[in-house]
Amino acid sequence: MAQQIISANRLGDGLVVYLTGGGGWSERIADALAVTGKDAGEAAMTVAHTAEEARLIVEPYLIDIDESGGERRPTQFRELIRAKGPTVRLDIGKQAEL
Amino acid sequence: MYLYDPIDQSLVDQRVEQFRDQVRRRLAGELSEDQFKPLRLMNGLYLQLHAYMLRVAIPYGTLSSHQMRKLAYIAQRYDKGYGHFTTRQNLQFNWPKLEETPDILAELAEVEMHALQTSGNCIRNITADQYAGAAADEIADPRIAAEVVRQWSTLHPEFSFLPRKFKIAVTGSQRDRAAVRVHDIGLILKCDETGSMGYEVIVGGGLGRTPMIGATARDFLPKRHLLSYLEAILRVYNQAGRRDNMYKARIKILMHALGAEEFIRRVDAEWDAIRDSAVDLPAGEYDRIAAFFASPHFETLLKNDGKFARYRLEDRDFAQWARTNVAPHKQPGYAIANISLKSEGGIPGDATTEQMNAVAAIAERFSFAEIRVTHEQNLVLPHVRQADLYDVWQTLKNYDLATPNLGLISDIIACPGMDYCSLANARSIPLAQDIGKRFADLRRQHDIGELKVKISGCINACGHHHVGHIGLLGVDRKGEEYYQITLGGSADENTSLGEIVGPAVPYDKVVGAIETITNTYVGLRTDGENFLDTYRRVGKAPFKENLYAAH
Repeated sequence: MAQQIISANRLGDGLVVYLTGGGGWSERIADALAVTGKDAGEAAMTVAHTAEEARLIVEPYLIDIDESGGERRPTQFRELIRAKGPTVRLDIGKQAEL
Repeated sequence: MYLYDPIDQSLVDQRVEQFRDQVRRRLAGELSEDQFKPLRLMNGLYLQLHAYMLRVAIPYGTLSSHQMRKLAYIAQRYDKGYGHFTTRQNLQFNWPKLEETPDILAELAEVEMHALQTSGNCIRNITADQYAGAAADEIADPRIAAEVVRQWSTLHPEFSFLPRKFKIAVTGSQRDRAAVRVHDIGLILKCDETGSMGYEVIVGGGLGRTPMIGATARDFLPKRHLLSYLEAILRVYNQAGRRDNMYKARIKILMHALGAEEFIRRVDAEWDAIRDSAVDLPAGEYDRIAAFFASPHFETLLKNDGKFARYRLEDRDFAQWARTNVAPHKQPGYAIANISLKSEGGIPGDATTEQMNAVAAIAERFSFAEIRVTHEQNLVLPHVRQADLYDVWQTLKNYDLATPNLGLISDIIACPGMDYCSLANARSIPLAQDIGKRFADLRRQHDIGELKVKISGCINACGHHHVGHIGLLGVDRKGEEYYQITLGGSADENTSLGEIVGPAVPYDKVVGAIETITNTYVGLRTDGENFLDTYRRVGKAPFKENLYAAH
């Protein structure tokens, strides 16, 4: 079954963040809590909505990921770009820190 | 250019403080995101793929050096050292923080700038011919009307909650450099038989998912009735435009549904009621605004400068730049210098802090401190002495701002696409770069001649692909980036919408397809025909055949 994580934007600075196992939000996709199945996904979204109410993040949603290559990658290209940064500016965004 | 009076200045200052308080209340939990989102959009602040995005208004694309320096500073202090000039003559910052946006707006207010109405269902930035006030073929400066309309439309209480966004463009020349026929309202300056000035008013043009060419609502509107007639159009739209479906909410859809005749009848009926009321601008006020657009103090010079001619003979590279990037000026001895923001390997429309500061300095020294932004994502120095062009070019070269490709195949319009924009289905920028690289040879570019390639990363068509000679629309096919190719579009006075030539092609086949298209054109053209001429003569069949020939 496909694994999923939750992606959102941080309210204050707009940066992309992922819901972690501890209920916090990390800029690093490697820290994201992976869930499997509808129930786990809904439970995670509930946590995300609480964070929205708490004004930490905005617009959370579930995305599919793939860990088969050893590295955690979103399956959708758009989400990969969101995770790393613009493909045309490798010097900015999270990819620059790698 | 227009300078704020105390009322204008207090408007933007108060707006900054209002937004500052709205941000404070949002962060403190006194406003929900649902409540806050329309408020931040009214100040041009979007939430995008990687971060917030702030769209700064540059009214009719006119900037002073002082303002450009402020934009450069904001890019450095509050962003990542660059900004993006857009297809509506605005500037976008891609990495502002919400917490710092009130400070950014305060910085902008210091130089008479703002981000008002660059988003939301309101009247957006009024765009105009980038050669306004300088072009040799101009009847009058369209920015006077643009400024009048800007003031009328800013915080207009009746039109702040339209069914959808509303875009107006103005041209002062029969040569349309403002794409007026694909705007919600397009205005063309003209004179009647007595020599009185007025406008042809075109309504219902647009791009996006249902591209349409606007229809003439009024062939000659006297100058003094500009605002009452626009008010009548907006009232009919505001009342009858659809609010149930955002994809059917533009004025072009309403006009199409009613039919042009019925639409115009309703506008005329409304106009009858308000025509001689206080809506129209008093003549004195029009003249007061017009005075801001008086020509700078030009020197009296010979029509053709000897130095300029000599440098072109002596320096081939300079001659090459002058050939594409220099346009004729109405004042003898002067010229219009275009700054291409489409360098090889660069990002179309992007400029760094350093480049913005360089342009500000060059403009200050050589162009009466005035700069223009074009809807094709380039910049213009509108008033340069021909004798100074060589110095201008040499300085531009130091900042990678002297690419001699204006109007050639590598002068590509590309929206930010999926590298930046949350609406996109595919990327635009790397495709523009790959096309530019394939056609990097300038001799080849000149042989191909004028060829406008326009790339949109989604159906919203911010890259204006419908009016590209070659248009590319990015689509998502089962997770892969594919591009639909259209041919024969044009945004000038002979406006046409591109025709889809066949099934969409995958990313790695697009550059080859472009090459097939240009080769087909070169093989079919007759003397003096540019790409568009040939396409209009032969139609899409030969292109379709070569592109999709059975293997």
